[in-house]
Amino acid sequence: MVKRMTALAAVLLVCCLMVATAGEKKRYAFIFKSTGNPFGEKLMEGFKTAIEESGAEAILRAPDLPTAEAQIMIIEELIAQNVDGIGLAANDPDALQPVLRKAMRQEIPIVTADSATNPESRLVHINQADPELIGRVQIQAAYDMAGGKGDIAILSATSQATNQNTWIEWMKKELELPKYKDMKLVKVAYGDDLRDKSTSETEALLKTFPDLKVIIAPTTVGIAAAGKVLTDKNLKGKVFLTGLGLPSEMADYIKNGVCPWMYLWNPIDLGYLAGYALVGASDGIMTGTIGEYINAGKLSAKTVVSAGDGGTEIMLGAPFKFDPENIDQWKDVY
Amino acid sequence: MSASEGYAKTRDSGETLFARIGKFREVGLFVFIILVMLFTQWKNSNFFTFENIDDLLANASILGILALGMMLVIIARGIDLSIGATLALSGMLAALTIAEHPTLSPWIAVLLGTAIGVVCGAFVGVTVSVFGVLPIIASLGMMYVFRALTYLVSGRRWVSAYQMSDAFKDMATGRWFGIRHYIFIALAFYVAFYYFTNHTRTGRRIYAVGSSPESAAISGIRTRWITWLVYVVMGAISGFCGVLWVAKFASAQGDTASGYEMNVIAACVLGGVNINGGSGKVGGVLLGTLLLGTLNNALPMINMSVFWQNAIQGAIILFAIIVNTLVKRNVDRSNLIRRPI
Repeated sequence: MVKRMTALAAVLLVCCLMVATAGEKKRYAFIFKSTGNPFGEKLMEGFKTAIEESGAEAILRAPDLPTAEAQIMIIEELIAQNVDGIGLAANDPDALQPVLRKAMRQEIPIVTADSATNPESRLVHINQADPELIGRVQIQAAYDMAGGKGDIAILSATSQATNQNTWIEWMKKELELPKYKDMKLVKVAYGDDLRDKSTSETEALLKTFPDLKVIIAPTTVGIAAAGKVLTDKNLKGKVFLTGLGLPSEMADYIKNGVCPWMYLWNPIDLGYLAGYALVGASDGIMTGTIGEYINAGKLSAKTVVSAGDGGTEIMLGAPFKFDPENIDQWKDVY
Repeated sequence: MSASEGYAKTRDSGETLFARIGKFREVGLFVFIILVMLFTQWKNSNFFTFENIDDLLANASILGILALGMMLVIIARGIDLSIGATLALSGMLAALTIAEHPTLSPWIAVLLGTAIGVVCGAFVGVTVSVFGVLPIIASLGMMYVFRALTYLVSGRRWVSAYQMSDAFKDMATGRWFGIRHYIFIALAFYVAFYYFTNHTRTGRRIYAVGSSPESAAISGIRTRWITWLVYVVMGAISGFCGVLWVAKFASAQGDTASGYEMNVIAACVLGGVNINGGSGKVGGVLLGTLLLGTLNNALPMINMSVFWQNAIQGAIILFAIIVNTLVKRNVDRSNLIRRPI
């Protein structure tokens, strides 16, 4: 009798569990670098759209400060909640490795977007744009603006930012071409994505290099701070500005001519692609090996290619150009 | 009060070396600033140009005004870590208001920002003076509250240059007699604070409360009121500077001036404000601000790596604190030894 009761209880329990898991939606999380960043908001918005298109639930998280420690805590929480996949923009390429390996051991796939971790800590990285293309296109822009002659300076974010440094490497490679023999990279300055520091660094560049023709700032706070300095000092047409910036922040400086044009990718599409990659990984369709195709909804199929760091990645496409013609349509978007 | 008496006593009765440094410490700081400037000029001949000195002072003006408020708080044995967040909140609200009503006078935005700062400061002040929470804890808690409020009111979006009226941005770029508005504003604050701390009763009471709260209370000073007041003044200044900040950089974001409170505290400590309360001078704070402003301006101009920039800034602050401690210890000791009977 007792045996039969136990067996019945066991069967009931199994049934309950099956019903519970069948009724539950899959859950995918995205962790951005820090809160309050409009770019991150748009990225997560795209991620949410993709996840909801596939019938699952999106969890969007971001720490208060852009540190690896804060992200580790969030990842620990998500592992405890047993989510079906984690996407993230990493604050450090290596520091997250132990916790991400732990997640992957529990069969939670990891996809990075915007800022990658090392290849061991992820399945695949979603690259907002080909870093080679990003780097090269900015030097080409500088060439066109300066008329092929003069000094160039770069105003970056922090000296350890993975993506910034890769782009700067490609800029240097492009500059080695014979076409650029009359152009010289005089300094890479770091504004740490702080307004006051980026302003001081820009002012120092102007005073230290009298032949400076172009400032390339591949970072949102840096390019806007430089745009403000060049506007205030009335240097339109003397020193040109280009790089990667937010359309809303740059609208004034693109329209007044200080920055003839600049680039950025579409963060909504970036998050969207990350969402589809994560769903593909969780369904076992995408394993992050070179040559695989994934379905990416409205973006159609995308291929997994090898990344510069030895891992694999999926490219979103070439960066998008913002100029006086189209800036008005974009400045209200992000 | 006690500090100036201390100095007077050492002057009467033979001076030790440290006491002498104590008296001339501000001169020492001044010489140090000149040395940094000369070194920079030697490395980059564009340092001593009108444009660069104008940039240097305009960039240091907000720091300098905030440091005056922080000086009062520290003299009264407190500390306020919430000022970066207060600055961001008032700046964001002012920017949102300007974006909604582009025809509004920028001075209304300044008033609004200052009023928001007063409210923020009043909250910190009540937590410290009425509920007796340690200032570092109270202001840390409030820092998170104000920062979160900034994200809430902005809906996590930034207010950008194109959303601000020209009149608003002109506040920062405008000039009187060829010198930027902000430099004059900072100057006015220094004159007002010099008068306030040296020649008004309330100003002197702040020193009294900071030197010895018990004696101050016994002599009839309302210590709670004074403690509350310094946080309100600090809040008002932060709110005011929030609007200046947003107009200067033509952008308001949720993490505006995140961590800036540390620069402000550093300016005070460099200027000889005793972190344990009781003493601190307007002239010292001015020099502390000028030193930090000079470093921020000069280090990028001498082509130094970023790592060294931070390390040098840190080393200079440590050096100043060590000198401060040694001087104080020796002044106290000589006071004890040579007290006239």
